[in-house]
Amino acid sequence: MEKTRKALKISASAVLCISMLAACSNSGTSKSNEVAGTGKPFQNKKLTVFMANHPWVELIKSYLPEFENKTGMKVDIQSFADDQLSQKNSVQLTSKAATPDVFMIRPLQEARLYAKNDWLEPLDEYVKKDTSYDFNDFSKSAVAGTIVNNKIMAIPVISDQEVLYYRKDLLAKAGLSVPKTLDELENAIKKLHDPDNGVYGFVARGQRALLVAQASSFLFSEGGDFTKGDKAVVNSPEAIKAFKYYGGWLKNYGPPGVMNMSWPQAMGLFAQGKAAFFTDASSIYQNAIDKEKSKVADQVGYALFPAGSAGSKPYNITAWGISLNPKSTNKDGAWEFIKWATSKEMTLRTQKTGVPGVRDSVWNNPEAVSSFPPELVSVIKESKNIGVGYDRPQIVSVGEARDAIGDIVIKYIMGEDIQAAADKANKDFQAIIDKDKSK
Amino acid sequence: MSASWLDKNFKWVMTLPALLFVLLMMVFPIIYTVRISFFEWSMSASTPPRWVGLENYYQLMVDVRFWKSVWHTFQFMVYALLLQMILGVGIALLLHRDFIGKSFAKTVFLLPMVATPVAMGLVWILIYEPTGGVLNHLVQLVGIRPMDWLGSVKQVIPSLVIIDVWEWTPMITLITMAGLTTIPKDPYESADVDGATGWQKLWYITLPMLQPTILVAVMLRLIDVLKTFDIIYSTTQGGPGSSSETLNIYGYVMAFQYFKLGSASSLLVIFFIIVMSLTLLFMFVRKRLGGIS
Repeated sequence: MEKTRKALKISASAVLCISMLAACSNSGTSKSNEVAGTGKPFQNKKLTVFMANHPWVELIKSYLPEFENKTGMKVDIQSFADDQLSQKNSVQLTSKAATPDVFMIRPLQEARLYAKNDWLEPLDEYVKKDTSYDFNDFSKSAVAGTIVNNKIMAIPVISDQEVLYYRKDLLAKAGLSVPKTLDELENAIKKLHDPDNGVYGFVARGQRALLVAQASSFLFSEGGDFTKGDKAVVNSPEAIKAFKYYGGWLKNYGPPGVMNMSWPQAMGLFAQGKAAFFTDASSIYQNAIDKEKSKVADQVGYALFPAGSAGSKPYNITAWGISLNPKSTNKDGAWEFIKWATSKEMTLRTQKTGVPGVRDSVWNNPEAVSSFPPELVSVIKESKNIGVGYDRPQIVSVGEARDAIGDIVIKYIMGEDIQAAADKANKDFQAIIDKDKSK
Repeated sequence: MSASWLDKNFKWVMTLPALLFVLLMMVFPIIYTVRISFFEWSMSASTPPRWVGLENYYQLMVDVRFWKSVWHTFQFMVYALLLQMILGVGIALLLHRDFIGKSFAKTVFLLPMVATPVAMGLVWILIYEPTGGVLNHLVQLVGIRPMDWLGSVKQVIPSLVIIDVWEWTPMITLITMAGLTTIPKDPYESADVDGATGWQKLWYITLPMLQPTILVAVMLRLIDVLKTFDIIYSTTQGGPGSSSETLNIYGYVMAFQYFKLGSASSLLVIFFIIVMSLTLLFMFVRKRLGGIS
């Protein structure tokens, strides 16, 4: 008995020792794994890339073998939902990790904070390195959205404009023309609102923070803004009017449960034929016309964002950019990947499949826009000309500010006094701005 | 020599990995969180955390949203626990009887517990979907007006409670069933001799004898319900507005959406204290009750 116990102990400790030794020798061999001269500049290098769940990313993934063959690099692309991506990025970057080497960010949401925390490698020098990259081809407004403190912090990949989606059949049946102003739109919504037959007049995002971006076009078109200089102005008469449109339509002509909706739910409802009007980003249009997902694929119309008292001012933003981790151990390889993914060639390819790109050349290339609905192309082009370059407050603590501002619309939908709600939100928002300044 | 050293210290050598694990993975994060809660920090690599003393705690105490989230946490806990206890024990009593298809019924009743909460949250979103969801369809069949469920400020917490009850009642059932098998037969035999009714047997024999088991089940669920995150985050993310924002959700939002690591840590420290004191209180009550029976 005693003997077996002893034997057991000795063998247990032997196993421990052996596994330790094995661990040591492992790290030894990996070091000696040197590159053999193959002509491929990044042979045996590895790249980790964090990306969002986005059609653009799917295309990049499908073309990836081409890049890997050319450079000899092994690229590991991991994609996440927006919030998870943001969280993943921040945890990795906080811990000063060398991975991900490359990651996608939402410049308007994150660039200021990330830049402040030194999480982004300024790309000004990189974009100049290779003339064939032709950085001037990138839309000026798209690039402007990725600049913080005069430094390019990300290469824009996806731009977005707020457009009005509508149902051609319903409008035709009611003898209505496509609304050109917010008032006309309100009338049309009222006329087409028919919940007994399963059609709601209007749908859009109702989640507190998320709705702020879509309500921003209302705000700009009524002549309002989030801030004036360092002053919060979300309780101005213009702002109240804008939020009343947005919140009022959701409240009176929107579907039940709208306050929990982000764009997938709202778009889903529209694609199910349950809403007459829907306003959101242009880049998600494929969900509305995909015959597998949409019951109204043939009946979707696109219109320029309707004009308010100050004209039509939809947002025209850089929704996604791609950035380089300053702690990456393979910055040149990482840049090589970014350059490839955002090259003219790749942009043309992705554009052809219907993912809106940010290079001017592709928008002026008839072949490249052939897969887009023609109406949408003209709406996007027009929006790019007249649009506003942001859709949320341009401060560091964007997340907090969006919650504060979104509260105005939420409270209005819940039946509270909108002026009181806006005054409170403005005070909170001002406090957030002041705090940002003092940091 | 080495063998005899090993012989002497064998228990230490063998427990060391577990001990190290606990220290690294549990004690360290708690201490670190407490430390960060006295700092202001946005996770920045270049600007180090700034000491602010009790400022974060003070800010929380005057934060309306914090108190609302405390209230939501307690509401959720009380409803969920009560329903789960009643249903869980009830189902266990039913399943303890003999009937045809018993083992099949047992398996079916225990199924929800093995499902992944996040996946179930997504399924429940579809069930609750106000315009096309199954539940509103069913509700209309019996003549009740369709409801907003997760989309309404008033209904969101009860709706979340239903999901939690659906998912976790089986756990109570499981524990109670285990308890039921340990009750000896003789008290029932003597009760039969005395002519006791079924209800009397349940009330005076079964439940009192089950009490220790039930209390353990309550305590396990109490801790779990307080920290519920997955179900709420995957369905409402604390919305509409912040009407289903519990302490856990608010902490998450503060840390990963507002990047206020200090404030988030102080919230979590308070949360930790709440869970700890509730558990201790409960253990105390359990001891007292245990003494009486």
